[in-house]
Amino acid sequence: MNLDQKLSELGPIQLDALKEVASIGAGNAATSLSNMLNGKIEMTVPEVNIMPVNQIPEIMGGAENLIIAMLVETEGDMEGGVLFALDTKAANRLIELLTGQSANIEDDLGEIEASALKEIANILTGSNLNAFAQMLDMTIKPDVPSLAYDMAGAILEVCFIELGQVGDYGLVVETEFKSDTAQGINGNFFLIPDPDSLEIMLKKLGVLDGE
Amino acid sequence: MGNKIRIKMADLNIGKDGDILITSGLGSCVGVTLYDSKSQIGGMAHVMLPEFPENKDDGNPAKYADTALDMLIDKLKKAGASKRRFEAKMAGGAQMFKFSNSSDKMRIGARNIEAVKKYLKKSNIPIKGSEVGKDYGRTMEFDVGTGKATIKTVKKDDIIL
Repeated sequence: MNLDQKLSELGPIQLDALKEVASIGAGNAATSLSNMLNGKIEMTVPEVNIMPVNQIPEIMGGAENLIIAMLVETEGDMEGGVLFALDTKAANRLIELLTGQSANIEDDLGEIEASALKEIANILTGSNLNAFAQMLDMTIKPDVPSLAYDMAGAILEVCFIELGQVGDYGLVVETEFKSDTAQGINGNFFLIPDPDSLEIMLKKLGVLDGE
Repeated sequence: MGNKIRIKMADLNIGKDGDILITSGLGSCVGVTLYDSKSQIGGMAHVMLPEFPENKDDGNPAKYADTALDMLIDKLKKAGASKRRFEAKMAGGAQMFKFSNSSDKMRIGARNIEAVKKYLKKSNIPIKGSEVGKDYGRTMEFDVGTGKATIKTVKKDDIIL
């Protein structure tokens, strides 16, 4: 059985195990973000799904929908990357929270806006990866984030293909942020381990039987 | 307005006069169209990876440039198109992020473009239009009645191939 078949057969118990790890990551991330923004940021319990890669653009509003995405490549025991994606509105709100200045990335995505978003991506991916690294006893080394503002389909396709290579399925962790000053900031988090690393992770979680 | 036929990633389809073949959000993938203007039959593939892996036999052939184009040509021939009249157009193969690990496997876009070109050259199919590479996403719409391919992007004006 190949990895795609195994993934497609993961049941609710297995997904719950992943969800638990993701929740710890989200909790860490919320704490770090609150400290950074001097305000309370809450994050909802993440939804964890395994879905066919070609359906992933749909959860970001369709293949042609404009999104901004920060990609952090990872090395160590989990090779691959983490992608943090937002719609334009959510990105503007987050930049405003961080810089205290109004932002409109559709007209002006300058250095300040880009570095604010990269900083947030650093914190979120760092917190999440730490949770996974600790729970799974793995070493995960994140790289610096790179950024793209373009069609959801194109961005997601590139990440999953270039990092996941052969996989037809992706592991999607969806989290919503809430702050006391800004409403409805939705962010999507995609964990994109390469197939070997994913297999190791699932085995460590006790989700996959050793063969 | 013609009949719109949407082609997903790792998929392909054909159409006739009056149909518009569309594939959205091409990143590192390459959209390829083949067209026989005389019979007004055309097809489009959205390929993800360059070559069908030698050590695998359970992959989806529509995912890889070589096997997808084999399939597309077969399908077009069965519909009555003539291979010697085929003309190709292609779009996509972008690099959306500046990957810091610029190892070979990280340049799938460029490798997809090469694989499609190589296949077309080997099959003596001329490339009539191409909008590939760079760092932005594309949507490709192919009007089977006219043979025109429109490339849409987020930041630029439409390009007609």
